[in-house]
Amino acid sequence: MSDRLGRPPALLVVPAALATLLLLVPLVAMVASTDWRALPDHLTSTAALDALRLSLVTSTVAIVVCLVLGLPLAWLLARVDFAGRGALRALVTVPLVLPPVVAGVALRAAFGRTGVVGEPLLAWTGFAFPFTTYGVVLAHVFVSMPFVVIAIEGALRSADPRYDAAAATLGATRWTTFRRVTVPLAMPGVVAGTVLGWARSLGEFGATITFNGNYPGTTQTMPTLIYVTRQSDQDAALSLSLVMLLVSIGVLVALSDHWLGTS
Amino acid sequence: MTTPLEADLRVADRVEAAFTVAPGETLAVIGPNGAGKSSLLHAVAGLVDVEGHARIGGTDLLALPVRERRVGLVFQGQLLFPHLSALDNVAFGLRSRGTARAAADAVAREWLERFGIGDLAGRKPRELSGGQAQRVAIARALATEPDVLLLDEPFTGLDVSVQMALRIELGRHLRDFPGVVLLVTHDAIDALTLADRVLVLDEGRVAQVGAPHEVAAQPRTAHVARLVGLNLVSDGDDLIAFTPDAVTVSLAEPEGSSRLHWHGPVGTLAPHGDAVRLMVHAEPDLLADVTPAAAAELELVPGREVWLSAKATAVSRYAAGR
Repeated sequence: MSDRLGRPPALLVVPAALATLLLLVPLVAMVASTDWRALPDHLTSTAALDALRLSLVTSTVAIVVCLVLGLPLAWLLARVDFAGRGALRALVTVPLVLPPVVAGVALRAAFGRTGVVGEPLLAWTGFAFPFTTYGVVLAHVFVSMPFVVIAIEGALRSADPRYDAAAATLGATRWTTFRRVTVPLAMPGVVAGTVLGWARSLGEFGATITFNGNYPGTTQTMPTLIYVTRQSDQDAALSLSLVMLLVSIGVLVALSDHWLGTS
Repeated sequence: MTTPLEADLRVADRVEAAFTVAPGETLAVIGPNGAGKSSLLHAVAGLVDVEGHARIGGTDLLALPVRERRVGLVFQGQLLFPHLSALDNVAFGLRSRGTARAAADAVAREWLERFGIGDLAGRKPRELSGGQAQRVAIARALATEPDVLLLDEPFTGLDVSVQMALRIELGRHLRDFPGVVLLVTHDAIDALTLADRVLVLDEGRVAQVGAPHEVAAQPRTAHVARLVGLNLVSDGDDLIAFTPDAVTVSLAEPEGSSRLHWHGPVGTLAPHGDAVRLMVHAEPDLLADVTPAAAAELELVPGREVWLSAKATAVSRYAAGR
């Protein structure tokens, strides 16, 4: 096809090949350097199993929270005309570009034991987020929410609003329309946004470690475990990273097969 | 249900129209693209901003939110919910208004049966043909038993044979329908076969209201004249309508004192039944039917200057006022 328009110029092909290598070589190197015989031991250590379990649990709880709160926000941004909508949309994207460590510092300022919300919360309930599994979930929600909201808002926007009008003429309330028409029509985007948000949450490191430290069993997730393991045992870090790579690839495959319509 | 719809609607920059439709009556709204036909329907349904009123049985529809209007709108292009089956589409309105699922499904199934597509209940809209989808769309609007049924170009985009069948079928349902029907169409056949009265819109204003045969016989707008295949010229305070086969074509100016002659170049020629139909760029554009033999003899080709004339006895002359 493209040959009819002339061969792709080397000026474009060479940088494209370099980009591919740059992305691929580290991953291949990681797989190649893995010590396969030690792998089972690395992955079945208490620390590894605890971290993996904690990662899966916190990411899953975080994504549920993101959906319960983020789907309504996405709908509001996509379907309701209100003053400050543009500003709100911009605000939602801030954590997307914020360095995660800064997100951790911000969470500390808000929910830390002496934070704006954290101090009264501690005084009233005796509960504080930092250094708890709840804190991990909170950090995950903070960094994943923008992914979920932006992806779902895009999907809701591309779902024809005339269907909402059709539902209204048939007597549906906005809630019924949301539930039975708008969300089902945007479902592929909703699922994609959810999976992306979950993957982002699974890989969360900076905000989590800044806000919650690194306590095995309560706040040590896979990324933080990999980070501290790497300082003492390079091979174990490689094995743990391999697991994360497999999970990431799994996410991509699940997305493309079911929802992104690669077929 | 048994009260008329009295509407006086003004949609900014689109349309301004006042009309009354009796219960059980079908009012066809015709006019060229951009005349404001769809805006009028969407105003009654509540989907566009509108001023004025649309009273039915003492309530002003315009004061109600869309979902409380008891208006069934069949959208152009149907807008069936693509993720729901035909049955669920038809049941949607009933379930939205609080009918239990089983009861809503039973009513929906009945409606699909009535449209002869009961066996397609489980199909998704993408698995339906255009005609089937349009039947589902009409059933969906009727299933809620609306006070007002709004049909927006219900046959657009369908095959001609499907259009004919569906038109007959829709006519039957409209006769049984006790409420008010507004039918937007650009097709004269729809207006002539389905409507009790016709409202002609032109540039956002009402140009004519009348029984279909009256409007067809004495059109007041060039658009309607073209739809029904008539020539329409204005003559002082009068309008003159005549059929293309009442026109005589000649190369020289006709003799006699009749004012019914016009001059201009031939625009197009096309076969029309046994005749050749000319479109002549006179003032205004006029249609004339000639025999193929005459067309050859007069050497009619696009650009050739011709004279057209019509006998006073072959034209219909009426006042242009409303």
